[in-house]
Amino acid sequence: MKKEKTFLQKVREWPLLLPVVALFLVMAVNIIYDAANGNNPFTFFMITLQNTTGNGTILYGRIIDILNRGSEAAILAIGMTLVVSSSAGTDISVGSVMALAASVCCVMLAGFGETSVTELRMPLIFGVIGGILIACVCGMFNGFLVAYLKIQPMVATLILFSAARAIGFLVNNNMIVYVRNDTFGKIGGFTGIIPTPIIIALVCVVLTALILKKTALGTYIQSVGINPKASRIAGLSSVAIIFMTYVICGFFAGVAGIVKASRITSADPNNVGLYMEMDAILAVALGGNSLGGGKFNLTGSIIGAYTIQAITTTLYALGVSTDQAPVFKAIIVIMIVAIQAPPVQAYFRKRRAAKLALQQEVA
Amino acid sequence: MKKKLLGLMLAATMAVGMLAGCGGSGSADTAADTSSDAAATEAPAAEAEAEAEAPAADAGAASGDLIKIGFAQVGHESDWRTASTKSCQDVFSEANGYDLQFVDCDNDSAAQLEAVRTFIESGVDYIIIDPIVATGWDTVLTECSDAGIPVIVIDRTIDDSDNYTAWVGSDFKNEGLAAGEWLKAYVDAKGISEVNVLVISGSTGASAQIGRSEGFDEAVAKYGWNKLDEQTGDFTEDGGQEVMESYCKSYAGKFNVVVCQNDNEAFGAMTAMDNAGISYGPGNDVILISFDACTAGLKEVQAGKITADFECNPLAAPFVEEAIQTLQSGGSVDKAIYMEEHWYALPDAIVDFSIDGAAQSMTEVTDAVIEAQY
Repeated sequence: MKKEKTFLQKVREWPLLLPVVALFLVMAVNIIYDAANGNNPFTFFMITLQNTTGNGTILYGRIIDILNRGSEAAILAIGMTLVVSSSAGTDISVGSVMALAASVCCVMLAGFGETSVTELRMPLIFGVIGGILIACVCGMFNGFLVAYLKIQPMVATLILFSAARAIGFLVNNNMIVYVRNDTFGKIGGFTGIIPTPIIIALVCVVLTALILKKTALGTYIQSVGINPKASRIAGLSSVAIIFMTYVICGFFAGVAGIVKASRITSADPNNVGLYMEMDAILAVALGGNSLGGGKFNLTGSIIGAYTIQAITTTLYALGVSTDQAPVFKAIIVIMIVAIQAPPVQAYFRKRRAAKLALQQEVA
Repeated sequence: MKKKLLGLMLAATMAVGMLAGCGGSGSADTAADTSSDAAATEAPAAEAEAEAEAPAADAGAASGDLIKIGFAQVGHESDWRTASTKSCQDVFSEANGYDLQFVDCDNDSAAQLEAVRTFIESGVDYIIIDPIVATGWDTVLTECSDAGIPVIVIDRTIDDSDNYTAWVGSDFKNEGLAAGEWLKAYVDAKGISEVNVLVISGSTGASAQIGRSEGFDEAVAKYGWNKLDEQTGDFTEDGGQEVMESYCKSYAGKFNVVVCQNDNEAFGAMTAMDNAGISYGPGNDVILISFDACTAGLKEVQAGKITADFECNPLAAPFVEEAIQTLQSGGSVDKAIYMEEHWYALPDAIVDFSIDGAAQSMTEVTDAVIEAQY
């Protein structure tokens, strides 16, 4: 006898339940805070048009801030999701690779040895392509170590985690390179009334989703993640697929690095992408993805990335020092990891079974 | 065969990692094994500063009459730091009679302790330390004094030991006080009665952050100003931008002074205020105060964006050299040596003020001043 699933059951089995609830909880804090202060409870969510000095009219509001500032984490989360899925490991080099991509991009635009320029030395697109290319090379390096040499992902990516930032410094001649140019600033600035990073993140997400849906790539990645041996026997080249996910991850790290550099119209290898790898991994975990690889949910990761930014923006709005942000992130991570832990899962299963048995007894 | 290849690859990647990733600590290790003059050439080379007067390879021959100095630098995280390093390399050059062993510790405090021990082993005459952390120095400083090597601490401070000869650095609290007293004089001159301040502070716990906050807060309390909020921007442009973006929403129309604890934060705050349509700088709605006064910062002062910029002098080397020369000739030096610092503004914002009765003079920002700045 097959029973129709109740609405509650459907909700409970919805893969995005956890990420959406987390995001909602963070937002709810703001409603309560504003209401408690006698403001309009939805102040946090208001989006208005704002006249700027030099940028025309733009969209303005906390939600826009979250979408805007969360772009880099969201872009990184795409690559990280694929890496986690295919290789059951994380790429901890993405933050450093961001810094390297930013440095290469800015140095190409400014010229080696220059510290502050206002004119671009070559068309913007070359700098952008250069930055992304070097990030892809980093991805290939990571992919080679993980896929072909079978080195544990965290160990393999640890190399570039420490080295990429330092190479960025070499490229930058140990300086912060300022490219105070409006065209370059557009990438992290505004296109019309919308912040450009939002558009870039959207394009990245949509493109990836389309490729994963329209080709079998998504399925391949998941099957390699679930069982590489079986996939190989089924005719998939697990090695090539794992390699590819790392290259994709590097590519997105490059994009994120350039966005970050453009925001501050400079390349600061010390700070660009600092701790971003942790945000990207956290986003994947928040998205309800198992860090053990296999099945993945891209939408979940993206929601996870914006949730992390929502935490930061909320802390700013509440006037709590952002030094405390890691504490809140930690609390959320503990909750999520605990819920995913086998003993807890087993407990829930047992309770559900007991409840079911009780119901049947009554019936 | 496959295993051999793997081993080779690993060795190669690790070598690359060592070279690029840990230039500072890597060269410290080399220095332990080989002679001291090798370290002197190695460190700058690893940091791609080969053009910065690398000592000749035969420095060992001449080192008899050169004063040997070991310098354990924090890292290379900002323009300020780079200026500090360059100042030391310029002053302690071979031409000036010094043999400098420079180690960039890449913000790794363990590597810094290691570097200092290497200096002791190689028998330098003086050790200069810019301590990455303020504590944990007692043992190594005792080793230095046992070896009879005077230690000069620059910039940051050591809290848990006074087993060093002298400290040369900035009086951060004085910088904060200067900003406060200047603001008082400026708002009085402009007839602004209500002062609502937003502070974007530096990395929490850094001595520059603590000192500048302490000094400025003293003025806030003394003159009854309203400090609306203080959040950290981590001394970065991105941090300053994000904090200011939030301030513009939380305190829209409620503030008229923004204090950024370094220039990079001020650049970020400027972008954020542009995007919120807020006008700042001399003669505009918001008074923007910044610290550090690096070249890029002074350019923004000249452009009428930053109202006043309070210097944090990175050029400690000349003061250190003075102390070393005094010690060489058998004299004694003060335990704490404060460097001279300047306060910059455009003529419109230059006002007379004093700190604890000591009259201060301000420097007008001109092309020549910017040219001369680090």
